Amino acid sequence: MELTTVWFVAIATLWTGYFVLEGFDFGVGMLFRVLGRNEPERRAAISTIGPVWDGNEVWLIMAGAATFAAFPEWYATLFSGFYLPLFAILVGLIIRGVALEYRGKRDDATWRGRMDVMIAVGSLLPALLWGVAFGNIVRGVPLDADHEYIGGLGTLLNPFALLGGLTFVAVFVTHGAIFLALRTTGDLRVRANRLATRTGAVAAVLTIAFLAWAQVLRGDSMSLALMIAAVVAFAGGLVANVARREGWAFVGTTLAIGLVVVALFVALFPDVMPSTLEPGSTLTVVDAASSPYTLKVMTIITAIFFPLVLLYQGWTYWVFRKRVMVAAS
Amino acid sequence: MDTLDLARWQFAITTVYHFFFVPVTISLVAITAGLQTAWYRTGKEKYLRLTKFYGKLFLINIAMGVVTGLVQEFQFGMNWSDYSRFVGDVFGAPLALEGLLAFFLESTFIGLWMFGWDRLPKLVHLGCIWMVVLGTQLSAYFILAANSWMQHPVGFRYNAERGRAELTDLWAVLTNKVVLVTFPHTIFAAFMVGGAFVAGVALWHLIRRPEVDKAVFRSALKIGASIVLVASAGVAISGDLQGKVMTEVQPMKMAAAEALYETEKPAAFSAFTIGTLDGSKEIFSIKVPYLLSFLATGSFDGEVKGINSLQEAYEQLYGPGSYKPNIPLTYWTFRLMIGVGMASAAVALWLLWTTRRGRAPTRWLIYLAAPLPLLPMVANTFGWIFTETGRQPWLVFGLLPTASGVSPGTTSGEVITSLVGFTALYGVLAVVETKLLLRTIRGGLAGTDDPPADEPPDGSPEQAEKPLSFAY
Repeated sequence: MELTTVWFVAIATLWTGYFVLEGFDFGVGMLFRVLGRNEPERRAAISTIGPVWDGNEVWLIMAGAATFAAFPEWYATLFSGFYLPLFAILVGLIIRGVALEYRGKRDDATWRGRMDVMIAVGSLLPALLWGVAFGNIVRGVPLDADHEYIGGLGTLLNPFALLGGLTFVAVFVTHGAIFLALRTTGDLRVRANRLATRTGAVAAVLTIAFLAWAQVLRGDSMSLALMIAAVVAFAGGLVANVARREGWAFVGTTLAIGLVVVALFVALFPDVMPSTLEPGSTLTVVDAASSPYTLKVMTIITAIFFPLVLLYQGWTYWVFRKRVMVAAS
Repeated sequence: MDTLDLARWQFAITTVYHFFFVPVTISLVAITAGLQTAWYRTGKEKYLRLTKFYGKLFLINIAMGVVTGLVQEFQFGMNWSDYSRFVGDVFGAPLALEGLLAFFLESTFIGLWMFGWDRLPKLVHLGCIWMVVLGTQLSAYFILAANSWMQHPVGFRYNAERGRAELTDLWAVLTNKVVLVTFPHTIFAAFMVGGAFVAGVALWHLIRRPEVDKAVFRSALKIGASIVLVASAGVAISGDLQGKVMTEVQPMKMAAAEALYETEKPAAFSAFTIGTLDGSKEIFSIKVPYLLSFLATGSFDGEVKGINSLQEAYEQLYGPGSYKPNIPLTYWTFRLMIGVGMASAAVALWLLWTTRRGRAPTRWLIYLAAPLPLLPMVANTFGWIFTETGRQPWLVFGLLPTASGVSPGTTSGEVITSLVGFTALYGVLAVVETKLLLRTIRGGLAGTDDPPADEPPDGSPEQAEKPLSFAY
């Protein structure tokens, strides 16, 4: 495989990992206040993501840094073009991160209430806007001959991208609810399970609509196969959820999110930023890539260290595999 | 202000703000790890209590460090897209290494340490915080390697066809002589901040609540003040080496640091100068003869190049234009960095002296408790401003002027929105964080005295029901 293709795959992998992992902690962040009826329940809900959310978020930092290193032109065009949505995502992630850490540091209901709002908003905003961003990447945006974005904010808020945003939110909410059902006990577990069924139905409809539209815009037979697999996995997850098989339900949503992201990247390849204007101003993997030397050294280093990262991140999930109990109030 | 100025202001504000938390994080996690190791080795309860107390303060601080670091990574692409296009091939690599080798390590093991008190065997739990220490050190190294490349580009070639710098030797970038001196300087400076923080908090407790946990805070005060002293020696030595490397690779920065217009041999260091606003004329100054020659070259009568002759040389090399940074800014930040840094070392020494052999700190020392942690932090900030503004007008020294790096398609409206947004958000967060820190400091060692239970066997009911410590 060409090194540029290797790095395209690497970046697709990082985004896939990011949405699978942070997907459920975004979901928990949006839901814990709705599902948790009192403080001990809320605490238990949020403790399910406590040890891992920060590590999950590093997948995003890695996706950004790897794009910078392997495809500088892509990084430059994407981040300067999607300026305001990215700014809003950053604000969301900032208030969320701070609130998650600070929530339990004061025993005071008003304080916790404020932090809870920050967590919910800070989970919703990035989930929605990443969906909008990916919708636009797949659909294409106006780029000039220098691969410079020349649209405005309104260009980004097109119907397809907005549908992408809603789809991401609905899928992450479902993914998070299933994760909560998997990781808690008692009433909370039952409620999370029921909620996952309801939001799952909505998410399934949105996902099918979004994927079908994406396929019409820019699909091939490979992406179609992956999209069908994603829908099947999601449906399977929902069936398992109804049957109260939480582990299998989580495997289902995990697979579904992974397959959706992979399908979008497959549909995109070999472009990284399609232009809706001249076909010549479309940015491809080859236009955007770093030099062969840079790609080579990065490939070697990543091949050595990335498995190590997977190993210790996996270990974290193993250490905290026990269900979180709701403390007696 | 145009997009360029706004983007520069945004970078300055977000970077300086981010760098309030970085030195505290780097040093406080290492000090916490040291305290926990002391507890593991000696079994003394005081070390456990201090570990939990300072560990909690570390966690409050690192939350801010992490979230403000996110902005740093993204704004290269948002505000400086032409810079990213130009340097991505070189600069991206250390940045990606920072993520792969440092951030994953840090964030994953912080989670394990925070929630693992009762879940992991003691030695494994101790290992977790040392992994965080390793992560912060690696992170500092890689980001400083990236920054040092901008000060002194090495290991690359210019590709005229693509109009960008391309990496030819990653090892050369990672062993750039600038990073080899900047890394120890920054780490020692960080330990001055962390040591002063530990000592300042302890001093406050010893004076305001002299009977509560006196012995424990006394230890903390001594540990903190000793760290400041040792670290300040390291800062001085590494700073001296750094000055010589800087004179070699960025002579204009050294000339600007001294506001030295004409080449001198031997050159004197001025401790204090009142001059005209643009620094072109000197009205009054206090000078130490030969000192600048020594700082810059290592020899007491070495020649130090002046701004005017460097300007001429650069015009010949790079074409017409001004190659001078903001001279009063570099002059004063350089001095304030050194002066405030030395003052904090002096305060630490004095604290050790007044508490020698069981003596108690006197009440009025309380006035030192609050400023003490701030002094090295201020020195750090001045040092950072000095090193970054002293590179101007270059973004990458000799290769890419700052004005050429800004995003061409970004509007000033967008930059204003994010500039105002981040500044306001950072302001609110500063208040929230400070209040929470003060509250936690005032809370003292309460609740830190329950030793963690030995790990119950897997699957036992005790383990499942135990709430997560340090948790939400």
